Amino acid sequence: MGTYLLDFDWTVMAPELVIVITAALLTILDLILKEKHSYPVTKFLSIWAVGLAGYFVITGWGDSSYQILADTYRVDPFSLLFKGIFLLGTLFILLFSFAKKRINEYYYLLLTALLGAMMMVSAADLITLYVGLELLSISSYILVGIQKRKKQANEAAWKYMILGGASSAFILYGMSFLYGLSGSTNLYVIQQAVQEGLTSGYGAFVYLSFALIIIGFGFKISTAPFHTWAPDVYQGAQAPITTFLASISKAAGFALMLRVLILAFSPLFTTGDWERLVSPLLLTLAALSMIVGNTVALKQTNAKRLMAYSSIAQAGYLLVPLATMGMLLFPSMAFYLIVYIMMVIAAFVIVEQVTDATGDDDIRAFAGLYQRSPLLSLIMTVLLISLAGLPITAGFVGKVLLISNAIYTQHFVITFIMIATTVISYYYYFGIIRQIYFRSPANQNPIPIRWEQGLILGVSIAMVLGLGLFPGYLIQFLGEVDWGSAFQMATNSGR
Amino acid sequence: MDSIVQALPTLLTFLPLLGVIALLLSERTNGTLHRRLGIGFTLPPLALAVWMFVKQVLANTSLTWTHAFDWFYIPLPQGSWTFQYMMQIDGLSLVFIMLTCLITTMATIASHSIHERTRAYYSLILLLQVGMLGVFSAFNLFLFFIFFEITLISMYFLIGIWGFLHKEKAANYFLLYNGLGSGFLLFAMIGLLMLAESLNYDDIANAITALVQQLELLPPEVGLMVWGVFGSLMIAFAIKLPIFPFHTWMLKVHVEAPTPIVMIHSGVLLKMGAYGMIRFGYGFFPTFMQEIAFTLAIVGVISILYGALLAIVESELKKVLAYSSISHMGIVLIGLGAINETGLKGAVFQSISHGLISALLFYLVGRLYQRTQTTQFNELGGLAKSMPVFSGILMVGVLALLGLPGTSGFISEFFAFLALFASKPIVAAIGTLGLIFAAFYALRIVLKVSFGPIADKHMHLSDLRFNESIPMLILVVVIIMIGISPAVLSYPIDSVLHTLITQIGGQ
Repeated sequence: MGTYLLDFDWTVMAPELVIVITAALLTILDLILKEKHSYPVTKFLSIWAVGLAGYFVITGWGDSSYQILADTYRVDPFSLLFKGIFLLGTLFILLFSFAKKRINEYYYLLLTALLGAMMMVSAADLITLYVGLELLSISSYILVGIQKRKKQANEAAWKYMILGGASSAFILYGMSFLYGLSGSTNLYVIQQAVQEGLTSGYGAFVYLSFALIIIGFGFKISTAPFHTWAPDVYQGAQAPITTFLASISKAAGFALMLRVLILAFSPLFTTGDWERLVSPLLLTLAALSMIVGNTVALKQTNAKRLMAYSSIAQAGYLLVPLATMGMLLFPSMAFYLIVYIMMVIAAFVIVEQVTDATGDDDIRAFAGLYQRSPLLSLIMTVLLISLAGLPITAGFVGKVLLISNAIYTQHFVITFIMIATTVISYYYYFGIIRQIYFRSPANQNPIPIRWEQGLILGVSIAMVLGLGLFPGYLIQFLGEVDWGSAFQMATNSGR
Repeated sequence: MDSIVQALPTLLTFLPLLGVIALLLSERTNGTLHRRLGIGFTLPPLALAVWMFVKQVLANTSLTWTHAFDWFYIPLPQGSWTFQYMMQIDGLSLVFIMLTCLITTMATIASHSIHERTRAYYSLILLLQVGMLGVFSAFNLFLFFIFFEITLISMYFLIGIWGFLHKEKAANYFLLYNGLGSGFLLFAMIGLLMLAESLNYDDIANAITALVQQLELLPPEVGLMVWGVFGSLMIAFAIKLPIFPFHTWMLKVHVEAPTPIVMIHSGVLLKMGAYGMIRFGYGFFPTFMQEIAFTLAIVGVISILYGALLAIVESELKKVLAYSSISHMGIVLIGLGAINETGLKGAVFQSISHGLISALLFYLVGRLYQRTQTTQFNELGGLAKSMPVFSGILMVGVLALLGLPGTSGFISEFFAFLALFASKPIVAAIGTLGLIFAAFYALRIVLKVSFGPIADKHMHLSDLRFNESIPMLILVVVIIMIGISPAVLSYPIDSVLHTLITQIGGQ
């Protein structure tokens, strides 16, 4: 049976197509336009593209899962949900970027990075998956180094590219074993082959491949001990890009991990290897991230580096459900990811504005913020309290979900580490609060906030407090998503 | 009308929030207005609490007010976990709520010397009150935890911004130690959610009772889990109380926090530890409490003696009072360790009584510091000459502290020791040494502050003004009232405590 390209229902790829077309359009515009700096039309187009793609994601919600392009690309609730998260996050990051003049490349590179993330969550094939991953990574390398005259940015871009490239190589090497076992790049075929490989004595290749892939993913989501790039890159890149790396890029990494581990390596569950080997390995990574992230953050004085270590620790929290599995795996991870993205974007907006207005990258810049901009201080306080996981914020509910899952699956050691490191994290999150309220300011000038940033902060704070008080709506929604469909072959593939 | 009565626990808890809103709308620099608003908005909850209390005493039975509705639920593959919003005030909650309202009002009145950032200060006190009232009226552990953390966050700011010299250090100590306590509490909460699949107190109590009855039949992990949850709860509240090895944070807070805040801290926040042990320890794990009763009594006696001995050697007034707090919280523990109704009653009485007494004493300390700028014993002395009214009230407070008959301090210690003598006479006998030490350090306070040679610079100190002494006199009246007629306090709590203790008898 021959299927032709036009036989596919291309409308399911509408979000991606919108982004591709807009990115291409912006590239052409860049060639035509004389000024190297962003025109309003560039900004408008990129916002419009993200909005339209979001619209298609929402209208596509609820359809049954669908696979196109010879089963390499699938659209299911899992991928749609993550696409929605990425689009919302990118919308905010775009708004965040408008605060300063940026060169035209900036906007279309951001869109291609977004496209990479969207491809990653939809990939059902190693090739597509890798292309998505590299699209995201390469766009990010350039974005990190986009200020080419700035020494720190150059250093950051170099570091990021070399370590990122190495991690991609690890992933690719790991994938090559899977291909060797199955002779296919399709994740569903690989699943079968892994099953057979484990029973017929090729287990060693499965483990090797698994270890290599985990190391690669570990870099992408910046878990300890593969986190060393994060602080330097976060510090060197422009704030919206740092935010992109800490939020969208990280979320895409987690989504990819979920899909690959649970799909390709699911036979490990049945043989008991998951409990014996995989779970301890992931738990170790999670524990290391929480411990390293939270303790090293105690000594940071640079605001962005502090946030970098905080995000390493947060990656550790997010790894816990993946390692323990359990019935709250998807709802708890998705809830925490959504909340985390909102918190981290808003927090970076404030960090950027405050350090900019004060001319100091140090957390000293926050000194006496309460006397300069009381409202901004209150917002930052709520965000920090949420990051620290204290009520009445969404961060608290998210953490309760994560811990519930860990206790439910009877992983008490990791629970203990999670709670203990959370307590340690109070110290540095409240370190910023200390600066805001307990110290006196260098000057009395209020921090300027543009309307776009005000919008981001308003929406984030509404979500953080709203979900803190009434988490039911989102939890219920996430609990009723048909997650299982992400790991089964779609029946109506092609047409 | 019915719906208002139904929502009474919620109404009472969130009333102070109106004050926060009013303060935020007020002009930024108008300190007098902030003070008036701050004091004014602590009055409605007080009035409401008094009304409920009177109603309770008149009814002569234990009344409860309940407000509940479904809040949200977490869908699971099989069934779901429902989180109910449940607030319930029973007799036990009510006496603690009375204490909270009274002391918060007194603390706002006592905040004469706060002149900086008054708007934030009074807002935070009112927020702290919301947290404290919520802790005592929540009937769902998830809600309890939320209110518990609200008190933590508002206290952090109150200590860190308006405290004395080492305020930031004290605030950090407070945050980390109590954060550790909340960590244990969080673990216990989620553990209970797993075991009981609900967080309402009565659901948890029923589920745990059912579990404990068939513990031998269940896999050992379940038993371990139940013990782990119980242990975590106890540690969480032991840090709050605080019990001997976990007490260092509390000394720092007593010394560095502004005195009105210490009134609240020592008067109410520490009592949350006692309340938690009674409500959760006895309420959920009655048989386990019986098993650790001896340890509780021993730790209680150690706390009594340790606190009292250090209070004797300390030469700074605030530290002496801080150590005496440890000693008095030890009495709460021996009351809990006695495992009988009188013991529980003693623990509640001691919590309330010490709350009132320490609020009174710290109010006095605050007034004293404002005049002398020191609380070191070697710089004080002879103040009876220049400040007779002050010295008089101090004398009453100190006598209540050492447990003079006729004051609330006596009846509380009497109950606690009586109960312990009935069950563990030897431990109790050692513990009574603490009473002798208490007399020693308490009278030493009077000797060092009121009597002896007076320093020249203190010759012309102004005595307490009328409006300063009114709140103190109110506290004194309440202390003596409880001392003379303990029935006032025991009416509301008796039936609640009786139910708790029959759980152990009827096992």
